Amino acid sequence: MSAGLPTVLAAATPEHGGPVHYAAASGAFSLTWLLIVLPLAGAAVLLLGGRRTDRFGHIVGTLAAAASFVVGLVVFFALVGKNGDERAFSQHLFAWVPVNDFQVDVGLLVDQLSIVFVLLITGVGTLIHIYSIGYMAHDPNRRKFFAYMNLFLASMLLLVLGNNFLVLYAGWELVGLSSFLLIKFWEYKPAAATAANKAFYMNRVGDVGLALAIMFMFATLGSTNYDDVFTAAAGGVLGYGILTAIALLLLLGACGKSGQFPLQAWLPDAMEGPTPISALIHAATMVTAGVYLIARAAPIFNETQAARTVVLIIGAVTLVIGCVIGCAYDDIKKVLAYSTVSQIGYMFLAVGLGPAGYALGIAHLLAHGFFKAGLFLGSGSVIHAMKDEQDMRKYGGLWKYMKVTWVTFGLGYLAIIGLPPFSGFFTKDKIIETAFAKGGTSGTIYGLVALLGAGITAFYMTRLFLMTFHGKPRWESTSRIGSADPAGTPEGENAQHPHESPATMTLPMIVLAVGSVAAGALFIVGGTLSDFLAPVLGHHAGEHHGLDPWVVTLLTLVVSVGGLAGAFLRYQVRPVAAVAPTDAEVSPLTVAARHDLYANTFNEAAFMIPGNYLTRFLVWFDKIIVDGLVGGTAAAIGGLSGRLRRTQTGYVRTYALSMLGGTILVIGALLLVRVG
Amino acid sequence: MNPANYLVLSGLLFAIGSVGVLVRRNAIVVFMCVELMLNAVNLSLVTFSRIHGNLEGQVIAFFVMVVAAAEVVIGLAIILTIFRTRRSASIDDVNLLKY
Repeated sequence: MSAGLPTVLAAATPEHGGPVHYAAASGAFSLTWLLIVLPLAGAAVLLLGGRRTDRFGHIVGTLAAAASFVVGLVVFFALVGKNGDERAFSQHLFAWVPVNDFQVDVGLLVDQLSIVFVLLITGVGTLIHIYSIGYMAHDPNRRKFFAYMNLFLASMLLLVLGNNFLVLYAGWELVGLSSFLLIKFWEYKPAAATAANKAFYMNRVGDVGLALAIMFMFATLGSTNYDDVFTAAAGGVLGYGILTAIALLLLLGACGKSGQFPLQAWLPDAMEGPTPISALIHAATMVTAGVYLIARAAPIFNETQAARTVVLIIGAVTLVIGCVIGCAYDDIKKVLAYSTVSQIGYMFLAVGLGPAGYALGIAHLLAHGFFKAGLFLGSGSVIHAMKDEQDMRKYGGLWKYMKVTWVTFGLGYLAIIGLPPFSGFFTKDKIIETAFAKGGTSGTIYGLVALLGAGITAFYMTRLFLMTFHGKPRWESTSRIGSADPAGTPEGENAQHPHESPATMTLPMIVLAVGSVAAGALFIVGGTLSDFLAPVLGHHAGEHHGLDPWVVTLLTLVVSVGGLAGAFLRYQVRPVAAVAPTDAEVSPLTVAARHDLYANTFNEAAFMIPGNYLTRFLVWFDKIIVDGLVGGTAAAIGGLSGRLRRTQTGYVRTYALSMLGGTILVIGALLLVRVG
Repeated sequence: MNPANYLVLSGLLFAIGSVGVLVRRNAIVVFMCVELMLNAVNLSLVTFSRIHGNLEGQVIAFFVMVVAAAEVVIGLAIILTIFRTRRSASIDDVNLLKY
């Protein structure tokens, strides 16, 4: 675990080293800027056009996203046409900060890693734009929603396409802004407004880490360009301590954006935003920016074992936390949110494993992008059908009423719990296998934790699936009056009429479901994705310690099926109560999980309350000490002058006397000097 | 005659004048006391001129007389105006410039 400094340096330099250089962009690659500009233009038109664009705003937004996706495809195929090692193109756009020694240019970098993200962002983004046309159809501010979504796409593309850390940081902050705007889209709901603020504050903590890392780079290297920084990192120019500090600060940034322990608490609250946003930003793309950052900074993390260990621990802790809490919630979106936290934990675990895991982390990220976006869209479809009801205990038996949602959600569900041949099976199984292959006690521990996570994931996802789509209906329905209540209640406020969603909503769900099924096999079998990404993320020798891959696969399957069976017995064979059992009736662990494992309580006790006291103290200090000093000086001078004023009597003789006195004094002084 | 006696007389006149300025309330009297002080100074100037045997002291004494004449004109005009508006020649009534 704690490899000494010399060992790390010796082991690291020859394999991953070598200067990093990017070719100048030409041909199709000079179109890269269009990727960002198209959605940005869409956002500008919709925001500046105001209410005039209300009627066609959603179409403009969707077309901008789709056009960006088409450009992404063009660039992707142009890239595939090149040889493996020549697939990195840098495009210089303009000088951003030309200050003497400090030169930062805005430039874009197209390589295997960024193009994969571009396709995910624009592809899933376009699908979710289409979905939102239906989902937001009745919202008076639909145009604004599309404007913000376009803004998000542009920011996220800037984040993944930047060719230096400062451009990445700009994108990083802009996605934070779009995320904030979209979480509080229904800002008249106090919960949404609070959640947006919470997301913003907790992201700020991470962003400070990223900013400090960039300052470190500039202070030590004078440059934030990827090629300069990575060449220096691989060449051993930076000391081990500096590298570790940079890596840990980058990790702090990644934890903030990706909702990883200890900054995970904002992500579940962010579900107050509209469901398409939960799917796009808080499941598929933005929250995976942390994984992108670590994979992008692979040359730095390769050199520092200590930072990688921290990544591993954070990944392992988060994936368990997410799973455990996911079992306790009844709110369908909260469960999915904690599931996201947990799955990103898997990705962190993967990228923490170093060169062996980067590509696996990215593969899981892409597969997760498909199935989690699909699951969220499915949940949105259910929520839409159930009059905005989000409590799973008030669902049940919905499969009969919304068949398309049921099937697409079911495919996404099978993908996340990792049953073959769905995508989650390939990507998650590989991560668990690689964790075991790390060797030693630590490898076994990480492997077991990941295995345990897979079991719990199967449990809570099965619970969610069964509670929503199967079992007896637990909602009031006009068509079931006879069975629910013999006396027959008149059609009440709470009566539900579940119905399938319109085609604009089901179509993206179908596409994403197909993706959830196919993605894993496509990426993993034959090492397609890892070979494609190898020039960026480094080649992996493929050595194995520990368990045989087949044993791991079998174990994963057994554990997953065990979790599934447990949930089946608990939530299908036995009826589900329509009202959640009280805290007294459930185990202490469930109570803790219902309270987010006391993460919010801890944050309040450790940061919020002391922060409040600090603020109060500062206000007191400002009022009493600072204002007292200033006000006191003014009062003293005022009082003194009030007394001095009394000497001005207005009588001529007073002045005459003072003149005489003065004269006598002067003469006396003269005499004293002359004579004395 | 010992010139020092003139200096003593000059000092006495100056002291009387200054006490008059400080203690009297009637503007005319105060004004006359100011004149007394000026003339006391003139006397000492002329005395010193005599003692040192040059004319500068006497020249300055003439200057003082000219300036005093001009000052008397302006001062009396002011006093007259005050008297016209306030029906009083007491300088203690003219105390508007106090705090």
